[in-house]
Amino acid sequence: MVTTTPLWEVFIRPRNGLSHKHVGSIHAADEVMAVQAARDVYTRRGEGTSIWVVRSADIVASDPDQAAENFEPTADKIYRHPTFYEIPEEVGHM
Amino acid sequence: MALYQAILELADDNLVLGHRVSEWCGHAPLLEEDLAMPNMALDMIGTARTLYERAAELEGKGQSEDDMAYLRGEREYRNCLLVERRNEDFAQTMLRQLYFAAFMKPYWEAAAESSDEVIRGVAGKAVKEMAYHIRHAGEWVIRLGDGTEESARRMRDAVEALSIYVDELFVSSDAAVEAEAAGVLPKRSDMREAFDAVIAHVFDEAQLDVPTVEYPHTGGREGLHGEDLGHMLAEMQSLYRAHPGASW
Repeated sequence: MVTTTPLWEVFIRPRNGLSHKHVGSIHAADEVMAVQAARDVYTRRGEGTSIWVVRSADIVASDPDQAAENFEPTADKIYRHPTFYEIPEEVGHM
Repeated sequence: MALYQAILELADDNLVLGHRVSEWCGHAPLLEEDLAMPNMALDMIGTARTLYERAAELEGKGQSEDDMAYLRGEREYRNCLLVERRNEDFAQTMLRQLYFAAFMKPYWEAAAESSDEVIRGVAGKAVKEMAYHIRHAGEWVIRLGDGTEESARRMRDAVEALSIYVDELFVSSDAAVEAEAAGVLPKRSDMREAFDAVIAHVFDEAQLDVPTVEYPHTGGREGLHGEDLGHMLAEMQSLYRAHPGASW
């Protein structure tokens, strides 16, 4: 059964105002069961206010072989980091 | 002590089914269900604990919830027969849960108006838990009933095996009738419409027929149980009886 049951990636939003965050994966036969399984596996300790599930097969990932060309050119561009000014407290999570 | 007795019946239903469902822990067919089953079990055991505490308070003899759970024999247990049925397979476990939750959800909704503060408190929490149990068990019943040839056969067998225990849910014992008249507990027979609606909807999607039961089984409220309950209690109580007063 497990070999034919699709894999789903689970995203949980811990609080209003925060974004959904990847927390892990589960097996489930379809989307309804996937949300239930995610609820039972990942929100047992009050972790969430919202759940997203996505079929793992539907996720398109970057190619690890292209990691150098994708990510290394940014290493020497520190001026892109917002570290040169202070964020007012009222702004909250950024 | 009608009130004590009536709340005890309710507590026993929740403890016995909670323990039954907990027996899947470590044995469920999927890791996801291995977590879902104890979640549901703990919902019911939590409800039972509060109810035992309230019953003991009404009785006034200083019993603890542990005394009530672990030191009463089979004949003193007042749960209905449905909840003590063995897990057998996943089809029976899920159908048993659906039957129980489809009854308890409207029951707790009505109990929100109870004259007893503790019952109102339990009801507020339990109604959400039962709504989830209906959803979880209902989705499984639909998928198994409308699944493969084998799962559909097992689901039909489950209906055959368990439907004879359904009617007992709607019968109030003498003690419960008194508690209902006092406004402490809702009237059991009032839940029929809401129950039938849930079962009709799920069975329809699951390609199952709602059976007509000619001879419903009852007796749990008088302490007349099937032999399975004795085995379950023996296992559940052995540790506490070997080490009376043990705590952790």
